[in-house]
Amino acid sequence: MKLQDIRTPMGFGLAFLLLVLPFLCNAYWLDVCVSIGLYALLALSLNVILGQAGIFHMGHAAFFAVGAYTTSILNTLYHWPVLWTMPLAGCAAAFFALAVARPIIHLRGDYLLIVTIGIVEIVRIALLNDVGGLTGGSNGIFGISRPTFFGFRISKGIQFYYLVWCMVGVSLLLFHCLWHSRFGRALNYIKEDDIAAEGCGVNVTHYKLAAFVLGAFWAGMAGTVYAAKMTTIAPESFNFMESVIIFAVVILSGGSQLGVLISTFLFIGLPELLREFSNARMLIFGFAMMAMMIWRPQGLLPPRRRRYQAGALLDRSSCAARESVRGGSAV
Amino acid sequence: MEQFLQQLLNGLAVGGIYALVALGYTMVYGVMKLINFAHGDIFTIGAYLGLTLLVSCNIAGMLGPVGALLAVFVMVALLTALVGYLLERVAYRPLRNAGRLSAVVSALGASIFFQNAVMLIYGARFYVYPDFLRPDFTVHLLGLNVPGVRLLVIGATVALMLALSAFIQRTRTGAAIRAVAIDPGAAQLMGINVDRVISLVFLIGPGLGGAAGLMVGIYYGQIDFTMGWSYGLKAFTAAILGGIGNIPGAMLGGLLLGVIEALAAGYVAMAWKDAIAFMVLILILIIRPTGILGERTAEKL
Repeated sequence: MKLQDIRTPMGFGLAFLLLVLPFLCNAYWLDVCVSIGLYALLALSLNVILGQAGIFHMGHAAFFAVGAYTTSILNTLYHWPVLWTMPLAGCAAAFFALAVARPIIHLRGDYLLIVTIGIVEIVRIALLNDVGGLTGGSNGIFGISRPTFFGFRISKGIQFYYLVWCMVGVSLLLFHCLWHSRFGRALNYIKEDDIAAEGCGVNVTHYKLAAFVLGAFWAGMAGTVYAAKMTTIAPESFNFMESVIIFAVVILSGGSQLGVLISTFLFIGLPELLREFSNARMLIFGFAMMAMMIWRPQGLLPPRRRRYQAGALLDRSSCAARESVRGGSAV
Repeated sequence: MEQFLQQLLNGLAVGGIYALVALGYTMVYGVMKLINFAHGDIFTIGAYLGLTLLVSCNIAGMLGPVGALLAVFVMVALLTALVGYLLERVAYRPLRNAGRLSAVVSALGASIFFQNAVMLIYGARFYVYPDFLRPDFTVHLLGLNVPGVRLLVIGATVALMLALSAFIQRTRTGAAIRAVAIDPGAAQLMGINVDRVISLVFLIGPGLGGAAGLMVGIYYGQIDFTMGWSYGLKAFTAAILGGIGNIPGAMLGGLLLGVIEALAAGYVAMAWKDAIAFMVLILILIIRPTGILGERTAEKL
């Protein structure tokens, strides 16, 4: 049986599993599942840029960092409640993305790739060097308070688990709607052939920038959750390697949302499963990355082909043809 | 002025190493349109192999310092070329017809694999290169005291680059490599064995990268298993800066990047040198979207 055919049952199975998972596993695995959820959020947001619009973007950790630091600074210096900073963290990341992407969006393929890598490195070095005296240098920022949700304080692992995975659920729903909207079709068209898209009247620069800003907004919000979960953040959490992992998750997924979830589980869960190999686990992980790409070069689950209501159209036109034929015979 | 010239020479030495590594990126990109992210780790392997050969095989005792340096140089280049060849066969050939980004992820996996393999074999600590091979003379040049090792590295990188240019421009095999870079399909129709050309490129590029690793060991005297990651990233930046796929571009980009970094470290701040290098890259790409020497290819419809 093909992976494609069992997509819907697989989605429901995964949803059910996620719902009951906290009651089945111990605190350690619960923690792993929370970080899988965080990475899933990041990967879903990168999927809009890389998977749907096909922009070679390997610098997603930069936007994540901007969001996390926005939350941390607002919370520790100005004592804003953590969850209230979430939209602001998203906006900060989105504005940052707009500012840096505007001059470089016309670069093609690999040139854009290295520039986005450069942005991650510049952001990390800026954070390390304590820009504006706000980021705390290499120690980072600590003492970020726990989020409260209408007076309910979120501090335990299981509460974070549901917070993160609820956000993943909402994101899945929104990005699903996006994929099936005019906007999603435009991105898809740009990915397939941006010159033809331009020729058909799609404003390529505009849509690419919009994808960047949207993806960055989501990554910024994921940064808030990360800061709240960890209560301490440091520049090294946002290095190039993080960007590489998120990038690889999206490429292995093939571009569909379910694929992104499965691929996140593989990428973040696998090193934990391999923990008994201690030092050799990353060796096996690297080998598995190669093997998985060779096994499925197109990705685990490419998006389903778009379906249009062509049947209805066809019926109507054949009716019209019949009408005209009948009209003709009457004459 | 003296500080400026010293920084310039230092930049040229580091830039020459970047250029050698960048050549591996750019040649592979030229024939396969693939960013070989594992190239930086082949560079690390070169540095470690050089160390092993120098320390454990007593080559210096048999051949004397100059002979040993040359012998190790050649052996490291050959061994890393072999690693590169195997890498292409295992990790990239099955993905030749797949999407470009699938091969990139495979390359990233190979990079993680190599890095951890080196760590498992040698351990996660710094290694110090034996200093009996390090030339300890200084040369008086234009009123400057230049360490001999710096001139040696500059000389070796320039010699290798000239040899490579001659090979690519003057020989039939070089012409075949250029032809595959322009259009693999048409090259195949003209009777060029594309698979063999790709294998050849995967011998030359990693060979140069491994040699560069050895040079870093001799120049800085210290290596560790993560150095391929940062040098690889810099060299890739250099290749893009010069225009990826373009061999003179990689050389120019490498030297330029080395000099920019050295000047930034000397005049602005050590901690910001990497950030400044990337900012210069972004500025240059905004002005010239395909790098300094990269041609503007017409978009095919």
